[in-house]
Amino acid sequence: MIKNISNLGDAAIYCDFGPEVNEIVNSNVTDYFNHLTYLVRQKKIQGITNLTPSYNKLIISFDLSIINFSKLKKIIEKLSIEKHIKKNNQKIKIPVCCDEGYGLDFDRLSNKFNLSKDEILKIFFDKEYFCYMTGFIAGMPFLGDLDKKIRINRLDTPRVKVPEGSVGITEQFTNIYTFESPGGWNIIGNTPKKVFEKLNLQEPALIKPSDKVTFYQISKEEYLKFND
Amino acid sequence: MTNTYFEILRSGINTTVQDIGRNYLYHIGITVSGAIDQRSYKLANNLLNNRLNEAVIEFAYQGPLLKLRNGNSNFAITGDIFFNIIRNNSKIEEGRCYENYTLKDGEQIDIISTKKSAYGYLAVSGGFELEETWKSYSVNTKAQIGPNNGKKYSINEKIFIKKSTLENTQNKKIDYKDSFNNIVRVIKGTNFNYFSKEAKNIFFNQAYSVTRLVDRMGMRLDGPNLENIVNTNIKSEGLIRGVIQVPADGKPIILLSDHGTIGGYPKIAVVISADLDKVAQLTPGSKINFKEVNLEEAEKLFKDYTLITNKYLNEYS
Repeated sequence: MIKNISNLGDAAIYCDFGPEVNEIVNSNVTDYFNHLTYLVRQKKIQGITNLTPSYNKLIISFDLSIINFSKLKKIIEKLSIEKHIKKNNQKIKIPVCCDEGYGLDFDRLSNKFNLSKDEILKIFFDKEYFCYMTGFIAGMPFLGDLDKKIRINRLDTPRVKVPEGSVGITEQFTNIYTFESPGGWNIIGNTPKKVFEKLNLQEPALIKPSDKVTFYQISKEEYLKFND
Repeated sequence: MTNTYFEILRSGINTTVQDIGRNYLYHIGITVSGAIDQRSYKLANNLLNNRLNEAVIEFAYQGPLLKLRNGNSNFAITGDIFFNIIRNNSKIEEGRCYENYTLKDGEQIDIISTKKSAYGYLAVSGGFELEETWKSYSVNTKAQIGPNNGKKYSINEKIFIKKSTLENTQNKKIDYKDSFNNIVRVIKGTNFNYFSKEAKNIFFNQAYSVTRLVDRMGMRLDGPNLENIVNTNIKSEGLIRGVIQVPADGKPIILLSDHGTIGGYPKIAVVISADLDKVAQLTPGSKINFKEVNLEEAEKLFKDYTLITNKYLNEYS
């Protein structure tokens, strides 16, 4: 449930669900997001322009010429969240090539974890990951949790360009760069699968919050042929 | 559909289609985009009796050189811009902003540069012939969404116009007074207390300057370091336009229309809605003094700002 509601500037509400990051807290965020999305679509609340769920927060942007913080805060506080709105629960499989030129940071990771590349990959591919949120760039999924043996901080100096399709790890999370972008995550491979498809107007993002993702390894040859 | 279009003889450095922006997509990582100075954008449409949310051409610093083909059109330019109209008899006419003009087949608009601001707008009567993506015409170059395949315009491309006007339209101008100053009003951010007492003091009492690292995504500032005494990272969470975040290097960044939707840097403050257009127009080297206001004051200032915008919009209609 929401632990604290405050204002973020004069045109957004900041709902804090507590300091923990786990599936239960994130599911609370998703319940609020789904319920508010439903109310907006049914035109039962006026003035909301965006809803941004993340690990343990929900930011509600609004049009200050239609509604203000105190009015919207009262509405949010009174909401009784209907959990009947079904969460996403797709199981998605993502192919990853970890060969040279695709996995960019194995030297650094092997040193840090004291594990060989193969050992790191075995640990990584063995788990199913939960999607906490999508964003930063279009369709980028933030997935977790990584096994404790392969957790590491961001790069000290972020890359100016991380190649599109890169699969990154940092702390307890793993992500996929849907576009070439600056970024500081440690890159372990690259997927040829389109995770954001702008031509699919109904559902451009393949992976959505609450979905489950497993990765599987492919060779460079399979990578190159994937989209044929 | 007409066959009237602008041929791009020079593209300018950052010429894109923009409108009011794109909502309800933050949750999949698609930012709002839209005209970075919403007031100037609306006034451009107003000068041509367009719908206020009609798409326009936004340019930055050096604008495009455009030649009209296969028809006539009325246009207006807003912002603080040097531009010329090159008539068919080769006569060069100096253009004035916030005024509408008639352009004949073969004539050109040469948008030379912005003066003391970063962005300007070109609107045509009836609007441009473009395709909508998620209920908006705004170009988001990062995700390659919007008209022109989500890209900036390049030389030799064409921009089609919905209507070819031949009638003499009423000359319309707005007596626009720029209310520019260096004071940017902000509300304390959700991580304000991550910063040392000294940093808080510095933030509100010393000037910051706009660096060259500025684009539609954000504006990096230079000035005294802001010391973080809690944590230089937060759990990644949603962002909005106007957020001022401070990464580990202690230098603030103001987020603008094409900002990432999620980020993990502490938020020291948020620019109030009434000052968003003004901030986005600042050019490298400009000084900024941040001033704290509370929520009620910010809401009042937004009302006042909207009233002034509406006064301009109603001036000649």
